[in-house]
Amino acid sequence: MDSPFLLSLVVGIFIGGVAGYLGSLMLSRRMALVAGPLGHLTLPGIALALMYGFDVSLGAFPFVILGIILIWLFEMRTKLPMEALTAVVFASGVAITFLFLPIEQAEAALVGDISRVRFAEATLSVLVAILLFLVVKKIYSKIVLMNISEELAQSQGLNIKKYNFIYLGSIAIIVALGVKMVGGLLTAALVAIPASAARNLSRNLTQYAFGAMVIGIISSFLGIFFFKLTGFPPGPLIILASTLIFLISLILRKQR
Amino acid sequence: MKSELILRVRDLHVTLDRQSIIEKLSFEVKKGDVLTILGPNGAGKSVLLKTLLGLLPYRGEIEWAKGIKIGYVPQRLPFIKDIPLTIQDFFELKESAGRGMEDILSSVGFRKDFLQKKIGDLSSGQFQRILIAWGLVGNPQVLLFDEPTTGVDITAEETIYKFLAKLKEERELTILLVTHDLSVVYKISTDVICLNRQPICYGPPQDVLTPESLRKLYAGEVKYYQHKH
Repeated sequence: MDSPFLLSLVVGIFIGGVAGYLGSLMLSRRMALVAGPLGHLTLPGIALALMYGFDVSLGAFPFVILGIILIWLFEMRTKLPMEALTAVVFASGVAITFLFLPIEQAEAALVGDISRVRFAEATLSVLVAILLFLVVKKIYSKIVLMNISEELAQSQGLNIKKYNFIYLGSIAIIVALGVKMVGGLLTAALVAIPASAARNLSRNLTQYAFGAMVIGIISSFLGIFFFKLTGFPPGPLIILASTLIFLISLILRKQR
Repeated sequence: MKSELILRVRDLHVTLDRQSIIEKLSFEVKKGDVLTILGPNGAGKSVLLKTLLGLLPYRGEIEWAKGIKIGYVPQRLPFIKDIPLTIQDFFELKESAGRGMEDILSSVGFRKDFLQKKIGDLSSGQFQRILIAWGLVGNPQVLLFDEPTTGVDITAEETIYKFLAKLKEERELTILLVTHDLSVVYKISTDVICLNRQPICYGPPQDVLTPESLRKLYAGEVKYYQHKH
């Protein structure tokens, strides 16, 4: 076993696990779909990072923050449907990227490349992932209540704005971490699929939340492992592994 | 504030999006009262409950008795089935949840092992009762109740109002109830507020629910004759 492989495996497991965990919150009210346009919007940032050789997540982060602000403005200030935002953001992200990104770099930008990860970058990613896990754990039940009903949450004295801010911030960070693994195109799948599979299999909230995390971890492990075996890009393999788990969960669910 | 007084509202005004929703509303609630807020759709009833809960900005005075615990029963929760949630999970989303969840469950008529039941598997009548139970978690003295689906029998023989009346006795509750359904008012209320942006009547239902005030409240759209039992 060589060390770049191990490094990518460790990073993949941490990011995949937290993405699954946070994704379990995003499944309600179709928030998981938001990760899609956010991922697309990071493409110009990823392109810059690839061209100038710095951490892809760092390149993606300012763009994802821009995306969060756009979502916030859309939700608060206009009555336009979210779909409009998705279309606009998707198109502009991809268009800007292909204005200047050399085509040979496109694959890494679109579907990620965890195998390129270096030690310092890996350490930072793992630390951020652990921190993010702790934050999400702290806000988890409050966000569940807010997702069920903001009024109910308010009647419990929750500061909705504060928790929304932390929640959106967490989404921004997971998208920035996620593009490293699965690129700008597949981030929505990274958060949505493990949670969807866990939903099919779980009977309560704890099983669901930790199930999503475990499925995220297993998918990343399998994806990176099969990348090592087959040489296909790891990002799509990770997503396909989670899709496979989702299909299995559908079958198991029918049997119950 | 007098010791038995739970809530005093003075000259309440609520304006949302520059539109006046509630005007010049004053009333009092004493311990053990059931106050019904009656009015047509869009009259500001739910807004009033939310204002009382402190969720909306207002002018005037809202004064709750010191240290009072308020439980809120929402109208419906369309997003609750998005994720797997047991009844216990749902109760535990409330910070004040602790012991006593099983007692609450049995006082809304469920067996204790129902706590592990998935919300998504409940019938609509069962879900109504779980919503009320949620309001009771943390043992509040006051229950604010936003318009339940009227006419839904929550068990085979009980309507939600009979059920509430029973609950009130058992748990010594004071209840504020919003509805547009006139027939329930006589059944359990001690007082009624007729609200159509401005208060139209306020007092015990037998005294204030006259054909005159009802005509004014519903602007001629509803005819109702008081049953003399």
